Amino acid sequence: MTKQSFHRRAFLSASAAAALSAFFGSGRVFAEAADVAKAIEAFTAGSEAGEGALTLTTPEIAENGNSVPVSVLVESPMTADDYVESVMLLAEGNPLPEVATFNFTPMSGEAKASTRMRLAKTQNVVALAKLSNGEIYKASNNVKVTIGGCGG
Amino acid sequence: MHSRRDFLQFAAVAAGLTGFSGWTPRASAQQQLTQDDLLKFDAKGKLTLLHVTDMHAQLKPLYFRPPSENIGVGDYSGIPPHLVADDFLRHFGLERGSALAYAHTMVDYVDLANTYGRLGGLDRTATLVNAIRAERGEDNVVLLDGGDTWQGSYTALKTNAQDMVDCMSLLKPNAMVGHWEFTLGTDRVLEIIDELGFPFLASNIVDTDWEEPVFDSTSFVEAGGSRVAIIGQAMPYTPIANPRWMFPEWSFGLRLETLQKNVDEARADGAEVVVLLSHNGFDVDRKLATEISGIDVILTGHTHDAIPEAIKVENTLILASGSHGKYLGRVDLEVKNGKVTDHNSYLIPVFSDVITPDPIMAAKIDEVRAPYEEELGRVIGQTDSLLYRRGNFNGTWDDLICEGMMEERDAELSFSPGFRWGTTLLPGDNITIEDLYTQTAMSYPEVYRLEFTGERIKEILEDVCDNLFNPDPFFQQGGDMVRVGGMGYTCKPEASMGARISDMTLLSTGEPIEPGKGYVVAGWASVNEDVDGPAIFDLMENYIGKQEVINMQPNQSVKVQ
Repeated sequence: MTKQSFHRRAFLSASAAAALSAFFGSGRVFAEAADVAKAIEAFTAGSEAGEGALTLTTPEIAENGNSVPVSVLVESPMTADDYVESVMLLAEGNPLPEVATFNFTPMSGEAKASTRMRLAKTQNVVALAKLSNGEIYKASNNVKVTIGGCGG
Repeated sequence: MHSRRDFLQFAAVAAGLTGFSGWTPRASAQQQLTQDDLLKFDAKGKLTLLHVTDMHAQLKPLYFRPPSENIGVGDYSGIPPHLVADDFLRHFGLERGSALAYAHTMVDYVDLANTYGRLGGLDRTATLVNAIRAERGEDNVVLLDGGDTWQGSYTALKTNAQDMVDCMSLLKPNAMVGHWEFTLGTDRVLEIIDELGFPFLASNIVDTDWEEPVFDSTSFVEAGGSRVAIIGQAMPYTPIANPRWMFPEWSFGLRLETLQKNVDEARADGAEVVVLLSHNGFDVDRKLATEISGIDVILTGHTHDAIPEAIKVENTLILASGSHGKYLGRVDLEVKNGKVTDHNSYLIPVFSDVITPDPIMAAKIDEVRAPYEEELGRVIGQTDSLLYRRGNFNGTWDDLICEGMMEERDAELSFSPGFRWGTTLLPGDNITIEDLYTQTAMSYPEVYRLEFTGERIKEILEDVCDNLFNPDPFFQQGGDMVRVGGMGYTCKPEASMGARISDMTLLSTGEPIEPGKGYVVAGWASVNEDVDGPAIFDLMENYIGKQEVINMQPNQSVKVQ
């Protein structure tokens, strides 16, 4: 048995009530808007974020709130003069909103990364990209986390 | 424009044939409506697409009462498919009491069911398909199966869908897509696909490890002198609506970028006609048609909507061919210089009493049912009431199931999922094992018994309600509202998530449901693994067996605002 399947079983063998409480997170402390703003401020150093060059891909509805695939792609020539330095991912509704920061160099070839994240509830996932010329780009998607189970 | 006029002509002919004076004696209605009437069609071009979808393993003719409510929200309110009863008749110009009124609405349902009889039966569908292939030329007809074919009956459950696979192989579809198919589990799905003989398509399924495609997305067919690309779309929310642990290797989703890429590649590969064979649900496909370019026809399923003719959204025709084998969808296309230039479409209602069964299919159906025939026909009870499932909030079959679960599991409340499959029984009918399994046959039937707080019950209702009434169709999973036994509530579909459900009341005492208090709830079809409890079909066989006769009162416990 792999480690991953052990965890899945451990999670699912809890009663349905426990599973629901995991999805709905009764009693949890979620990120304050201030935490998210602070993380953004630290990344952008106050620069205004533009839109367009950054593509954030997430599912409309999470199949598994414990492991939601997310990928980012920034259009950039990735040359020594013009490249993407880093991309930060934030989950606005998680207890700890900072999910990951990907760092790139011109040697990366393209500014593209994917990972999986845990989402405690339905929320906005935000990506911010910082370019070598100081420009900032932002993209945001709402990802729904649901109990499911009633589809026809 | 032609299609609309032709359709109305058919409707008028059908209405004129049968008339409406209270109700028409069945024999006379049958004499007047013929197989040839059903096949009348103003053919266009050379290419014909035929569509069956959401059969839910129903091989025999059946009754299926259309819903009395099918609420659309926001931009989707009051337009097809969100029209029922008189509104539906008015919109499509159908005469009350006509054959099509019976097929498409619940107006005068029991009277008209006695007049026109059962719909469907795969041997009747086979006759229609053969006739259209003969009329148009075998090579000019493309037959597509929209999925939810392998689940929903006693024999499909007992044979792991082999009955459906064997019967459908005689019909020779060009491709299919899936949803409930996946609840057979990864191994069985792959085993069947291996010997299917036609493509099982999914543009939107990738493996969970590497996000690489699992199935072919596209199949090309040369038909009617055109190169036709068929792209498949599985139910996008299968791992959410159904138990993900049964197919943990696969991830679904809408995956619109992949779909656009597959459409573009099909065009680049010379496709003159691009067909999306979809299990997305109607409103999802209506919105999808505005976001994806290059699709000529969407043959849509999942939400079990039956719309008499294709609806045009921008440059895409959308045909919704109902469910349970009640209809055969037909779209004719005229293609000139690589473009669709004209079309005609409509749903052929499969009136079983006036169609000669195809003998080869009829023999195969008999063969797959033979080992189970005695059990299928075993009578477990009788009903004085119309028993049906469809409706946004409740149906009498689910009211009965909710009652049975509370009684048999000694619970204060019960939850029954808002499935849209399951047939109808008329007042006075016996209830057989076969009837019970059309409501309950599935691979995760355990009835759990758990304590939920009032707060959590509200969260569950809000969550399911948002799956049904989210104003953005891309967040709708299909299915209806979870049915609740022992509790009343008020629902505001147009409100936002968290604000739709109010006035939750325990019916036994008339007291409000209290957020902090615990309530014992019985329910079935949990998507969690390792659920303990008796199977819903065994529990209900037991419960129905104890009742002298089933008599369901109208359910007024849900108020809609």
